Amino acid sequence: MSHKAAIPIGPYHPLQEEPEFYKLIVEGEKVVDVDVRIGYNHRGIEKISEAKSYDQSLFIVERICGICSSSHPIACAQAVEDIAKFEVPERALYIRTVCQELERLHSHMLWLGLAGHFLGYNTVFMWAWKYREPICDIFETVTGNRQNYAMHKIGGVRRDIEKEHIPYILKRLDEFTKQLNMLKGAVLDDPVLHERLKGVGVLTKEDAIDYSALGPTARASGIDIDVRRDYPYAAYDKIKWNVITLEEGDVFAKTVVRILEMFESVSIIRQCLDKMPQGPIDSNPKDIPPGEGIGQIEAPRGECFHYIKSDGTNSPMRHKIRAPTYMNFPTFRETVIGETISDAAIILAAIDPCYCCTERMLIVDDHDKQVMGVFELIRLSQEKTARIKDRYALS
Amino acid sequence: MGLKEKILSKSLYVFHLSSGSCNNCDIELIDCLTPRYDVERFGIVLVGSIKHADVLLCTGSANRLAIPRIKKLYEQMPQPGYVIVYGACGSSRGLFKDSYNTGQPLDEIMPVDVYIPGCPPRPEAIIMGFEKLIEKINSRKEAR
Repeated sequence: MSHKAAIPIGPYHPLQEEPEFYKLIVEGEKVVDVDVRIGYNHRGIEKISEAKSYDQSLFIVERICGICSSSHPIACAQAVEDIAKFEVPERALYIRTVCQELERLHSHMLWLGLAGHFLGYNTVFMWAWKYREPICDIFETVTGNRQNYAMHKIGGVRRDIEKEHIPYILKRLDEFTKQLNMLKGAVLDDPVLHERLKGVGVLTKEDAIDYSALGPTARASGIDIDVRRDYPYAAYDKIKWNVITLEEGDVFAKTVVRILEMFESVSIIRQCLDKMPQGPIDSNPKDIPPGEGIGQIEAPRGECFHYIKSDGTNSPMRHKIRAPTYMNFPTFRETVIGETISDAAIILAAIDPCYCCTERMLIVDDHDKQVMGVFELIRLSQEKTARIKDRYALS
Repeated sequence: MGLKEKILSKSLYVFHLSSGSCNNCDIELIDCLTPRYDVERFGIVLVGSIKHADVLLCTGSANRLAIPRIKKLYEQMPQPGYVIVYGACGSSRGLFKDSYNTGQPLDEIMPVDVYIPGCPPRPEAIIMGFEKLIEKINSRKEAR
């Protein structure tokens, strides 16, 4: 007779930086089911953003996630520009592209390091984080900050890339590419990593479509999607680059996709710096008319989507954000069941989960209890108002 | 001079607690451990359990779900233990002061020894924060 045991992981677990809680149900060493509780990171950003002006809300969305602090502001700015049909100067579009790709480099490098850490292979962790430093230096040159760049605004960007900085940026990129080549060889030829990652946590193409996986998670399963190519924004339609896809769907494929994407990113940055036209960087937009707008961009983890509804005042009426991890997260259940406990951590890490991005809202799905949605709550409050009115004979 | 404090100031074991931060502080903290800033030179190591730690390093504006757990963790920390709060959100709740899901500030939940301000603080700032903490331990040592 089989005996099932529950292994709690978290919420404050040494492996994960961010707080989250997993309950792995195991039979012997095999994982048979998984339950996830999140919400330790929920800060109510959408609601705060609705209380701020448009310019301030860019700073709020920048602090949704430290890793995507270029993706969210660009998506938010695009949503506002979509409402008012603002023209963004071409130079600003190129600078946005550079920031976006630098962010992808730093995020994928960070993931590679953490993946090494999850495997207990700390050499990769130390290497990847050491080689990530040139990117942080470039960020400091371009935007003035290592993190939280405060670079983007509605209708353009805040800072220009100075001409005298370009040789320095190219030099640091050269250094980075050299080290990335070395790291690529070291990681992809390592028999230990092949043994640990190949055939582990396979996400089939059908499952990836069913769960609407996004970004590198989907591209490693053979789905050819990329917002940068499908719905071009910034300067991506003026530049030559490739979408990397692999068929296997295991953790190794996800690693390879991310490593190869880094080479594409370096090439995009080089082309941008080369082709960047002269001109203004900001169109100084004035009033934002009533209307609705969307902004979608390819964040390092997948498509990031912002929806803004304006009522003609200075602050958004509704601001909705969908971060990529929200779509990628459920695939974890499909990939982890049937694997051993020791592989569970790396399979989870393979989607590059970002809880501070995801926790815009909490969905409660308790099988036994009755769950109240927004409409039930509205109905309840209307009934209560009616009761109070009756009591005081107001109506 | 207490023997415990003497040993403590040479090797601080740190437990990192992210109480609803935006990841930036956490990234910069891990940056400190990796080759460029390498705080392990000063004997500072991240540990996996609060029961092995001398320092509780807390980032982020504590949200309502996290507060009871932070209290529990603080109670589990062996004494003498110290608390460092890292980042603007931890020090003053920062941008999230008005949020419906942010509870009381961290320094009302537990006594804080060192604040490291910034959004996020640079890795140099965290090294300075540890230096301040070591100074504080040493001054306590002399007062005995």
